[in-house]
Order: sequence, then C-alpha cells, then structure tokens
Amino acid sequence: MSLDFEDQIVELENRIEELIKLNAAPDVQFDTEIAELKKKVQQLIKETYGNLSPWQVVHVARHQDRPHFEDYIEGMSSEFIELHGDRCYGDDRAMICGFATIDGQKVMLIGMSKGRTTNEKIANNFGMANPEGYRKALRLMRLAERYNIPIVCLIDTPAAYPGKEAEERGQAEAIARNLTEMASIETPIIVVITGEGGSGGALGIAVGDIVMMLSFAIYSVIPPEGCAAILWRDSEKAPDAAKALKITAKELLELGVIDEIINEPPGGAHRNKETTILAVKEAILRHLKTLEHVGRKKLVNKRFEKFVKLGKFDDRKYSSH
Amino acid sequence: MAWFSKTKQRKSSIDKDELWAVCDSCKAHVYREEWEKNLKVCPKCGYHERITCQQRLQLTIDEGTFEELDSDIEISDPLKFSDAKSSYADKAADTKAKTGLNEAVLTGFGTLNGISVVIAIMDFRFFGGSLGSGTGDKILLASDYALRHKQPYIVFSASGGARMQEGIISLMQMAKTCAGISRLNKAGVPYISVLTNPTFGGVSASYAMVGDINIAEPGALIGFAGRRVIEQTIKQKLPENFQTSEYLLEHGFIDAIVERKKIKSFLHSVLQYSMRK
Ligand SMILES: [Zn+2]
Repeated sequence: MSLDFEDQIVELENRIEELIKLNAAPDVQFDTEIAELKKKVQQLIKETYGNLSPWQVVHVARHQDRPHFEDYIEGMSSEFIELHGDRCYGDDRAMICGFATIDGQKVMLIGMSKGRTTNEKIANNFGMANPEGYRKALRLMRLAERYNIPIVCLIDTPAAYPGKEAEERGQAEAIARNLTEMASIETPIIVVITGEGGSGGALGIAVGDIVMMLSFAIYSVIPPEGCAAILWRDSEKAPDAAKALKITAKELLELGVIDEIINEPPGGAHRNKETTILAVKEAILRHLKTLEHVGRKKLVNKRFEKFVKLGKFDDRKYSSH
Repeated sequence: MAWFSKTKQRKSSIDKDELWAVCDSCKAHVYREEWEKNLKVCPKCGYHERITCQQRLQLTIDEGTFEELDSDIEISDPLKFSDAKSSYADKAADTKAKTGLNEAVLTGFGTLNGISVVIAIMDFRFFGGSLGSGTGDKILLASDYALRHKQPYIVFSASGGARMQEGIISLMQMAKTCAGISRLNKAGVPYISVLTNPTFGGVSASYAMVGDINIAEPGALIGFAGRRVIEQTIKQKLPENFQTSEYLLEHGFIDAIVERKKIKSFLHSVLQYSMRK
C-alpha cells in the first residue's frame, strides 16, 4: 500500500533500489546518482512529512506497514509469555496480553493487534476487540497489581467491535468496567498509542499514568469519516472533520490529553520499524523508572487528577484522597 | 462512538395535537390529560415517552427538598469546533435558549421518601443528552458530593453517546466520570444507575453500565453501537427487540426493569439494603 501524497517519494525510493541493484555489476558506476537521489528523497520526505494535513496523518496512522503489536513484542522484550482468556467466555485475538521482560524490567504487556496477512486480520477481527478482550485485559491488569509489576498498553484499533454478539456479551459494560477499575489499580500504567486510537475501543485500556503517542498516530472519539457523515452529512468531508476533531499527537499534547509525543523516524514508522520500536522502548523504560518510586496511593490519586482535569469547567475543588 | 440516529426519526408527534397524544410506538390516540396523568406512558402499549429532567426530578425527589449543584456549569467548546454549517458555540447558544438548560444533565441533592440522596438526571433535549465536558464535570462533581456526604448516588441516563463537537475531550469524560464511580465503590457509597430511552455509546460504556444496581425503564433502547452501524458491519438484520431493556435483562446486564411510576418506590426499597451501618 502506498499513500497518494507519497507517490513521488516512493518513485524515487524505487529508482534508488534499481540503481543499487545495477551497481552490483562490475562495469557500471551509479554512486553519484544514488547519493544525489538519496539526498533528494530525504529532502522530499522532510518537506512532505513536515506538512501533513490531519487527514493525511490518518492515512499514515492506518498504514499497514507500521510496526504491529507482534513487532513491538519481538523488538522490545527478551521474553514474552502470552496469557490467554477472560475466564468467562473466550480468548480474544484482537487483544494480546502477557508477561514481558523489557531490558530486564518485568511488565504486564497488553496490546491490540490488527494482523497483517488476510488470515491474521480475520483471526484478529482487524484489531477490533470484543468484550472478552477488555475483560481479559482487566483480569491481567489486576494480576499485575497483585504481583506488583507495572502495566504497559500499546494501542492500535479502529474501534471496539460493533457486532451483535459483542452487544449481547456487554461491550458497553466491559469498557465501562475497565474505565472504572483502571482508575483504582495500584500499579503504574503506561499507555502508548502506536497507530489508531479508536474511541472507547482504545480508551478501554488507556486509563494510564502516562499516555504517549507516536508522532503520526491518531486518537479520536469517532473516525473522521463517521463524523463527516453525521455533522457534514457527507463522508467525503472526512478531511474537514479530521481537522475539526483535533486528533493528531501535537494537538492532543496541547489539549493535555497526552503527556508526550514519541517521534517517528523521518517518513513515518512504516519506513523504519526498528528505529520506531526502539524509541517506544526507550520512552517506556524512562517512565517506568520514574513511576517506580511513586507511592501506590499517590499514584492512583495522581491518575484521578490527570483525567479529572480534562475538560474541567473551572477550578472548583474535588475532594482529594 | 455511534451517535444514536434512529431517535431523530422518532421525533414526537405528540405536540401537534392539543387534545390528543399519539403514541410513538403503537400510534394509539390517547387523551392528552390521560397521557400526562400516566406520566407519558402509553396506557395501550406501555411505551415510555421521554420526559424532561424537571419532570423526572418531580417524580423522584420529595417536593421542596431539592437543591441544585453546579447549575452554572455550561458548554466551554474546548476544540472551538465548527462543521460545514455552523459553529458549536452558536448551536450551544440555540440549545440553551430552547431548553433553558446549561448542560445535558441536572445534578443536586434532596430526599427520596425521606432518604438523603444525590442525583444526576440527563436530558435528551440538550444535544441528544451527549456527554460534553460540562456534562462529565457535573456528573463527577455530584459523585464527589455523594462521596463527601456518604449519600447514595443515583444517575438517570438518556444519551446518544459522546458529544462529537467536543472530540477527544468528550471521550475523556468517560474515564473521568468512571474515576468518580470508582471512588464511590471504594468508599462503599451506593451508586444506582437508571437507564432510560436511549442510553448509548460513551454513556453506556461509562457510568451508566457500572451501577451497583442497573435498572431500566421498559422498552428503553440501550447499547454500545447503534443498530444501523451494527447492521452495516455484520450485514445482517437484527432481531426486533435487539438492545431493548428486556433484551439486556435476558443477557444479564440489567438487574430489573421497572415501570416509570414505580421507580421511586423501587429505589427506596433497594436503598434500604445498601445503607446498613
Ligand atoms: Zn402505545
């Protein structure tokens, strides 16, 4: 998949690759051309990615070559022990959970997985969790609390699954329960939105002490297409809705919804998975180190304050605990 | 988070005729006086028409005991949002003028058959009862009042879900209101959720679904995603009674379905069990 605003970049990248191949032959020399093209492509990437519209960012956030949860597990942790099931109904493949060791640090790693191949996508329901996914995540967050290990949640989902059985098994209740319980979990919770942060489906595992976003990820109450269809009465107006909804990392940092932006390499995470994963790992470890020293009661109180101040009308007081 | 679209088509035809009310559900013609006396519940089919927050307050809290909290909290337009036709600020001013409300929820305290309670009542007339930052703030502040005074908290929900015009800030109200409920749970302060028609999206997926006890009015539509969104996703027709209170009760998400006129006494009975010292 390539993005329309990247056509020129991709064309140059392909040309470079061709030249590199040709260069392997003994009787030709394209070193100068290659160097020049590389410079050109870097310049072009810098210009293009420095000026993406919110709607273009949506496309980057949804790019299927971005690192997926499986890539993060592999790239960040020396060990991952997957733990299955919600103990009530089943095991949701859109929500993957398990013990992980990141640079010697033991954590409960929870992530949403869209899948890459067609078979994976179907198995993972395109990253749209069912109630049992949220319940599995909550079960294991409570376990992490009991074992006194921090929780790390990586988010990439279009939405919680809007299906018949999802409703029958209480999609709303499952998300609501997570929001309520996560407010009181006495162990650090670090959240990174790595791709799409799709509304309640994302928030269901995103009540964290630290919430971070990759620079071309999005986080939104509704997909821009859906918002455009309702408020503009025309889903073609999605670019306008994307702008109005303020869904990019920079805007969300300004609104205080997120605490930090993790910069993607030039040209986006899909151009350089390894660098992206390392940046995410570094940010997680850095915050784990700080949160480790915060008392558990204080941690929960600070988490409360963090969410309570979002959209607060004025400075009238809440009771502190 | 799906906006509940069907309710728009269901716009009440009741105002049209002064003498007769027409039931939205069975289309029966009922004398207006009888309709009002029956608390806007159809005597023929039992359909519960939506009522305003003031009407609900009157039905629930003992006369002369109510004191409102945070009545000055209103829309603050955190995104400075505009769509193709109008700005959110203009729409908000319109809605305020039309409804006389500042936000989609009325909060306060009073007594219910003599028991001191804190109450929040959503009003669907105000942006479809959607969860704006002012709505979330008021619901949290009222839960905080309940926490401080150790008084039971009762929330009546009626909402299409998140308020799109407040974008991500609306989404954050879900976490915020639930954080308030979490504190009540921890302190052992009772929290009862009453779900009325309709309760969807960001409201059902936050405080409305996590009552110690969830009760619903008969026939209320309650769900996460709207029917149309689900039908488009799964490309199947859904059962007629999908997402009704009765359907939710059958699937285990509602403790009891209670008729409008019996809700007050039901709440009173239930509270007797929750306040053992
Ligand atoms: Zn009727």
